[in-house]
Amino acid sequence: MKLEGSVIFEKLPREDSRSLQPIVSVEGLTRVFGQDPQKALELRNSGCSKEEIYEETGDTLALYDVSFEVMPGEIFVLMGLSGSGKSTLLRCINRLIEPTGGRILIDGEDIVGMSQEELRAVRRRKLGMIFQSFALLPHRTVLDNVVFGLEVQGIPEDERYQRGEELLRMVGLGDYGASMPSHLSGGMKQRVGLARALAGDPEILLMDEAFSALDPLIRREMQDELLDLQQRLNRTIIFVTHDLDEALKLGDRIALMRDGEIVQVGTPEEILTNPENAYVERFVAGVDMTKVLSASDVMRHPEPVARCTAGPRVALHLMEEHDIGSVFVVDRGRRLKGLVTLDGTLEAVRAGRGLEEIITTDIPTVALDTPLTDIISVIAGSPYPVAVVDDENRLQGLVFRGAILGALARKGGDVNGSA
Amino acid sequence: MDLPRLPVGEAVEALVDWIEEYCGWLLDGISAGLRFLVDGLQEILLLIPAPILILLITVLVWFVTRRDTKLAAVTALGLLLIWNLNLWDLSMLTLALVITSTILALAIAIPLGIAAARSETLNAALRPVLDFMQTMPSFVYLIPAVIFFGLGSVPAIIATVIFAMPPALRLTNLGIRQVPGELIEVADAFGTTPRQKLFKVQLPVALPTIMAGVNQCIMLALSMTVIASMIGAGGLGYRVLVGIQRVDIGMGFEAGLAIVIIAVILDRITQNVVPPQQEDR
Repeated sequence: MKLEGSVIFEKLPREDSRSLQPIVSVEGLTRVFGQDPQKALELRNSGCSKEEIYEETGDTLALYDVSFEVMPGEIFVLMGLSGSGKSTLLRCINRLIEPTGGRILIDGEDIVGMSQEELRAVRRRKLGMIFQSFALLPHRTVLDNVVFGLEVQGIPEDERYQRGEELLRMVGLGDYGASMPSHLSGGMKQRVGLARALAGDPEILLMDEAFSALDPLIRREMQDELLDLQQRLNRTIIFVTHDLDEALKLGDRIALMRDGEIVQVGTPEEILTNPENAYVERFVAGVDMTKVLSASDVMRHPEPVARCTAGPRVALHLMEEHDIGSVFVVDRGRRLKGLVTLDGTLEAVRAGRGLEEIITTDIPTVALDTPLTDIISVIAGSPYPVAVVDDENRLQGLVFRGAILGALARKGGDVNGSA
Repeated sequence: MDLPRLPVGEAVEALVDWIEEYCGWLLDGISAGLRFLVDGLQEILLLIPAPILILLITVLVWFVTRRDTKLAAVTALGLLLIWNLNLWDLSMLTLALVITSTILALAIAIPLGIAAARSETLNAALRPVLDFMQTMPSFVYLIPAVIFFGLGSVPAIIATVIFAMPPALRLTNLGIRQVPGELIEVADAFGTTPRQKLFKVQLPVALPTIMAGVNQCIMLALSMTVIASMIGAGGLGYRVLVGIQRVDIGMGFEAGLAIVIIAVILDRITQNVVPPQQEDR
């Protein structure tokens, strides 16, 4: 996605808003599909399962007592298998599906009790929605699809088209405004869907399996672009998916759903490392840990390191003391200079040379957030541990071969072992 | 067994008498209005010299079919043939009857179809009525039409409207009901009013189906105006009827040919008014 420098969005304040009130707050949300919701709820309260309730009343308990809060600027992922109620839950947030009970606060306002008029105003101003099947209006051009929400709001034609053009450029479809949706590929259609949802400048984006209908390559591309866009626009996104990898990639926090209830809410890390019950464990069992864990999860404190002002004897002493064959060299600001080996240092001591003359600068480094899968390939080609550095090349830690295997065995083993 | 015969016929007669007595003014009003419409339309059509009207219709076909020159040429030739056969005036009367009936039928069918798509109760109530209207042999409608409006073009229009309306109503209803659920969700999610939803989403998406209904309506109207010549509607149908009565094959065939030409032109125009939509898949 070309992030051209247009100023069509109010940049929402970043750090302050996070610490404030939740932007969406769902309290005790319940939804029953069927004739006798009251009876279904009574049965549930007396401990019946979803299946038993269905047998007894013919009603489906789609959501039961769901509560969670979403903070401004957060990507909150609702995830679960099909039939877990995640799409129903998302549709309750803009009341495409009417809740049977509970409260949904958006910016502190309960939308459940709202009149149609008030509800329309909230949908227009605050909520944008993106659909799995793209749901572009087939009789309208791409541009007219993008400005649909603005048209509904009664924004004058030239103003809405100007904004529509800018949005199309932003999602990289600047030349396609006059095309009909049927002429676009799936990925392009969903970009139009994204532009349409963003047109009204909503605070909250509801994304229902937005990328599930795309093929894997395009899907990954769209995920990256969404993260890019989020970096820039800082909306609140509630994202529904059945794909754990997608949830882990996008989510700041993930709510795992099952049978209409939330089983666990937490950061991707928390869900993976501390599954709250057997269901979550089974769910995350298939996850490729090398993609989830990054350098910062497996690195060790960089000890020992040699200052570059120190002589070769100091370095030699460090290596002997720790029984290692090489040591990293840093400057006064802990910025990584390179590495000296045992052989090189012995040579230098004998020849009376300084550390700087024997230092190897050609060593692999990785960033803090480099995933394990990339580190493995780096470490395979290097006889030394891999240095982890931050943006300013300061040494943050070291990754040893053993640590990677250990991390995989420990975390992956835990998850798999009890499944 | 000697069961007493139910007085169905007598009851209907009593009802008709009652309507004529108390609603006569209404029937007269409808009658005058319709006669004014169809006569006025026919006069306008006849006011334009035939060659000019032929040219206008040809150009219309050409534009509507997105520059289909072959079809435009066929249209021009067909109309010239009608003119050449001295059937022009009769054709214009038939056309006036068809247009008037179709407009009336659509004016009832489309709003009712929209209402039926939104209300299950109305839909359930309309279904048996529509079934009844469509299964009844078409000339049965002629009887009540004649009873209430006498002979001439007015009862012909009434019978035609009743006959031609059901498919347009059904297809409008169907078209709106078939608008994909996610498009309705889009409309709702972006905060449309019910009215905006209808005009910006439901009707445009249903338009191809509705236009199929309009097309059917026109075709049925044309066939019915021919049958309605039995109750004194003039035009090409009357010519066919006379041909049958006199066993004048040539006369009947010429009039029949003119009807076919008009039918083809009307069909092509209505089928192409809305550009074909590709599915959004």
